[in-house]
Amino acid sequence: MKVIKIDKKNWAEGLKRLADKFPLFGPVQKDEFHIFKELHKDELPDLSLQNTRLSPKSVVYPQSETLFEYTLDEKQADHHILKEIDKDYLPRAVVGIRPCDAKAFLLVKRNFDTPEYKDPYWIKAYQAVTLIGYACNTPCSNCFCTTAGCGPFHEEGLDVLLVDAADHYLAQIMSEKGEKFITAAGWDTSAGANDLREQVQTLKQAAETKITARVSTDKLKDKDTTALFEASFWEDVAFACINCGTCTYACPTCWCFDIQDETFGSSGIRIRNWDSCMYPLFTHHGSGHNPRDMKMQRVRQRFMHKLKYYVDKYANGIQCVGCGRCIRLCPVNIDIRKVCDLMNSFES
Amino acid sequence: MFAYIEKIKEISNRLLKESTVDLIIGFRKGTVPMMNEPCFAKTPEAVDGLVWDSNCGINLANYLANRKEKIGIVSKGCDSRNIVTHIIENKIKRDQVVIIGVPCKGMIDRHKIEAMFDTEIEAVTEADGRLNIKGDGVDTAIDKKDVLQQNCTICTHRNPVIYDELAADLVEEQTDVDKYEDIRRIEDMTPEEKWEYFEDLLSTCIRCYACRNACPLCYCPTCFVDESQPQWVGKSQNPTDIRTFHFLRAYHCAGRCTDCGACERACPMGIKVRILTKKLEKDCLELFDWESGLTLEKRPPLDTYRPDDPDDFIK
Amino acid sequence: MQNPYLPYPVRIEEIITETEDKNLKTFKLVFINPEDEEKFKYQAGQFAELSVAGKGEIPIGIASSPTEKGFLMFTVNKVGLVTSCLHNMKAGDIMGVRGPLGNWYPWDIMEGKNVVIIGGGFAFTTLRSSIIYMLDPANRPKFKDIHVIYGARTPGMLLYRDELAEWEKRDDINMHITVDATDDPNWKYNIGFVPTITDQKAPPGNPDTYAIVCGPPIMIKFTQPVLDTLDYAHDHIIMSLEMRMKCGIGICGRCNIGKEYVCKDGPVFTLDQLNNMPKEY
Repeated sequence: MKVIKIDKKNWAEGLKRLADKFPLFGPVQKDEFHIFKELHKDELPDLSLQNTRLSPKSVVYPQSETLFEYTLDEKQADHHILKEIDKDYLPRAVVGIRPCDAKAFLLVKRNFDTPEYKDPYWIKAYQAVTLIGYACNTPCSNCFCTTAGCGPFHEEGLDVLLVDAADHYLAQIMSEKGEKFITAAGWDTSAGANDLREQVQTLKQAAETKITARVSTDKLKDKDTTALFEASFWEDVAFACINCGTCTYACPTCWCFDIQDETFGSSGIRIRNWDSCMYPLFTHHGSGHNPRDMKMQRVRQRFMHKLKYYVDKYANGIQCVGCGRCIRLCPVNIDIRKVCDLMNSFES
Repeated sequence: MFAYIEKIKEISNRLLKESTVDLIIGFRKGTVPMMNEPCFAKTPEAVDGLVWDSNCGINLANYLANRKEKIGIVSKGCDSRNIVTHIIENKIKRDQVVIIGVPCKGMIDRHKIEAMFDTEIEAVTEADGRLNIKGDGVDTAIDKKDVLQQNCTICTHRNPVIYDELAADLVEEQTDVDKYEDIRRIEDMTPEEKWEYFEDLLSTCIRCYACRNACPLCYCPTCFVDESQPQWVGKSQNPTDIRTFHFLRAYHCAGRCTDCGACERACPMGIKVRILTKKLEKDCLELFDWESGLTLEKRPPLDTYRPDDPDDFIK
Repeated sequence: MQNPYLPYPVRIEEIITETEDKNLKTFKLVFINPEDEEKFKYQAGQFAELSVAGKGEIPIGIASSPTEKGFLMFTVNKVGLVTSCLHNMKAGDIMGVRGPLGNWYPWDIMEGKNVVIIGGGFAFTTLRSSIIYMLDPANRPKFKDIHVIYGARTPGMLLYRDELAEWEKRDDINMHITVDATDDPNWKYNIGFVPTITDQKAPPGNPDTYAIVCGPPIMIKFTQPVLDTLDYAHDHIIMSLEMRMKCGIGICGRCNIGKEYVCKDGPVFTLDQLNNMPKEY
C-alpha cells in the first residue's frame, strides 16, 4: 500500500485534470450544511466539513431511479411491455467521502449483490465509482464508528484514503482504481516513503482517541431473537418517535425501496424510490391487514433489523457504521447508541 | 428552570398518585446538546427524569391523538392551543386530559447556535435568559432571545390558553410583534419571483415527512400522499409532486395551525416550511378574524359558513 | 447481468370469473416469447409478480401446475390498484410476469408420504397447483394417501368448481369439500368450518403425514389446535404466508419476519420454523 504526499497547492490543479476525464462528486455547502453532488467544472469539493447532512449513498443509489419504460399506445408494437433503458455507468469518482460512508456501501452490497439475485442498477453504479475517502481528523461528538466496526481512518471500501496533514494531503492508495485516479490527476506519485505511512498512523491514533461515544454489540448475536423482539423496553424507546423517515433516509446503510409506475400521457416509467420501515404503508397488505400497524412495531423493526437480524443473517457485525447521522437528525432525539446498549444488555 | 422542573414533578407525582391520570406526557433530558426527548411517565422514577428547559420545542399535543388513557400533559402555549384544536376536532376529550400549563419564554433554535460557531457544540446550559455554550475552544455566553426559533420570536400566546395546573407564574405576552413581515415580502413578489422562490424553498426536500409527522394537526389515518386509489400524488422526487405535498398539507392546516414551529424544527434539511402555513394563518386572521386554538367555544372558520364570509377572492 | 426486475411479456389468453361475488378471476397467461417459458421453470407453491404497465406489480401464487404446459394460471382477488385494473382487462391484453419467486412446498421431503391439504377461501391457488402436480400420472406414485379439505363461505365461493367435481370422482384422492353454510338442497358435500371438518376427516398425524395449510388467518388460528389434537408435529405442518411485497427477491426490505424475507426465504415455512420467528405477520 503506497502513501504519497499531495501538496495542497497542487490539489485544485489535479482535480481539474480529473474533471476533464470523468465526473466528480463531492461535498459542497448548501445553506447551513453540506450535501454531496456532482461537481461542475472548476468546483472543488469543500473539505472543511465534518460530514454531509445526508449520506452519499444517493450517488450509487438515487432516491428515485428509473428502472424501465413503457408505452401504453396500442399502435406501438411493444405496447404494455416494460423495456430496459440505457443508463450511464461510466466511471466517476466521489472525492471527500468519509470512511464510514464508504464502508457502508460494503454493508449494503450484501443486500444488493446476493448469490441468488443481483440488483444490476446498484451493482453497476457501485462498480462505476472510485471512492476517495477523507479521513476524519476531527470526528463529531456523536460518531461512534470505532465501536461499530469502522473508524475515522477506516480503509475498507475505499480506493484512496486522503489525510489532511496541514499544508499537504497524505494519500494512501489502496486499489487499482485508486492508483488510476491518482495517476490521472497527475500528482507526483514518487514520494512514497515509509515515514508517510507513519504520519498517517500517528494522525489515525490521534483521531481515534477523540472518539468517546461508543456502543456495545458483543452480545447481540447470542440474544434470542423472539425474546428481544418481545422485550418490554420497546414501548419506552418508541414513544417519542413520530415515524418520519429521516433516520432511514439519512442513513448510509438503509436500503429499502418501493417500486412505482408513473404514467405521463401514453408513456411511463417504472421507478424505484427509497422507502422507509417507519411508514405504515411499507407493510400494509391490500386486505387492510398490517403486521406493523403500530409505531412501536416499526421502531422495533428498524433497530432489530440493524442490530439483530442483520447480525444473524450475515454474521458480519451490525448494519451500522456509527456515522451518527440518525442521532444528529432525529427530531425527537431517539438515540441508536442507547437502544443498542439496551439490546446488548437485555436479559430475558 | 429548576423551579419549573420541580413543580412539574410535584404536579405529576400528585396526579399519578391520586390516579387522576394514567400517565404523564413530558420531556426527558436528551442525549445530545440542545435536544430533549418526549417521554411518558407512569412511575415516580420516570417522573424524576422529567425536565423542562428551552429545548422543549416539540409539540406534545402530537402524542395525544387517539389515546384512550387519562393523560397529564406538559403544555406550553402552543401545545395548549393544539390541545384545544384536538378537542374541537374530537381527537381527545377535554375530561381525558389534565393540562399542566408551562408559561414559555421561547424555545431555542439549535441550528442557529450551531451556525454561530466553527466547532461542534458540546454543552449548553441556561440561566436568567443567558445560554452558556461550551465546545472545543469555545466557552461563551449568549442571549437566549437572539437564538430563539423564529416562531417563538413572534409568538403572542406564550401562556397556555387552557390549563388545569400551572408549573409557574404566567409570563408577560409579547405585543407589537410584526408576525407577517416575511409573508408580505412574498405576497409582494411577481408570479415569476414567487415561482422561483418556492422552487428554491423546496428544492432540498427529501420527502421524509418529518414536517407532517411532527405536526399535531396531521393525524389523518391515511394522508393524501399515501392514498393509492386514487393516487393523488406521485411518490418519486419529482418536484411537482414534492410541491403538491407541501402546498396541500399547508392548506389542510389552514385555520388550524398554531405556528408552533414543530414542522420546521423537525425538518432535517432546514426547509422553512412555515412560510406556507403562515400565509394561510395570515389569511385566516385577515378574512375571518381567526386565531386557531384559543377557544373551545367557537368553531373554526373552515368548518362553518356565514353569509358574510368574505368572497372577494372569487373572480 | 440478468435483470431480476424485468417481467416477461405475456398475453392474457382467457379470463374466468370464479366466484359468485365476481371478486375472483382466473387469468390464463401465455408467454409472448416462447423461450421465456423455458426460463420460467417453477414448482408448486411458488409465486410470481404480475405486472401491469402503468399500475405496478402484485405477488400472486401460481395456480397452474408445473405439469401443465403452454400457459400460466393465476387467480386474483380484487382488492387494490393493480388487481382492480387486472379485473378490468380482457383476453388478448398484454401484461408481464416476473418469477418464479420464493420457495415451494417441500416435494422432496413429502415423497413417499401422506399429504393432507387444508385450504380455505381464495388461498386455494397454490393448493390447486399442488393437487394437479401430485395427480399427474408421473407423480402420483410418489405419494401415499392424499386428502384435501377445502372450504369456502358458500358453494358459489369455491374456486375451480369443475375440477373439484372431477377430483371427487377419483379414488386416488380423498376430497372433503365444505361450506360454512348453504340453503342449496342439492349440496351433497360437507357443511361446517374448515377446522371442524379437519377434525372429522383428516388422518391422524404421524411421521409419514404432512399437512399443508393455506387460508385466512382466522382459519389458520382455529385449525392449528385441531392439528395439535391430531398429533401433527409442528415440522410436519407446512404453511404459506402472505405479505406486502415489492421486489419479490429479498432486496426491497419490507416483507421480513425476523431475518427471513417471506418473498425469498418463504413464502413456505413449517410451523416449527414460524414458532421460532417473531410473531409479526
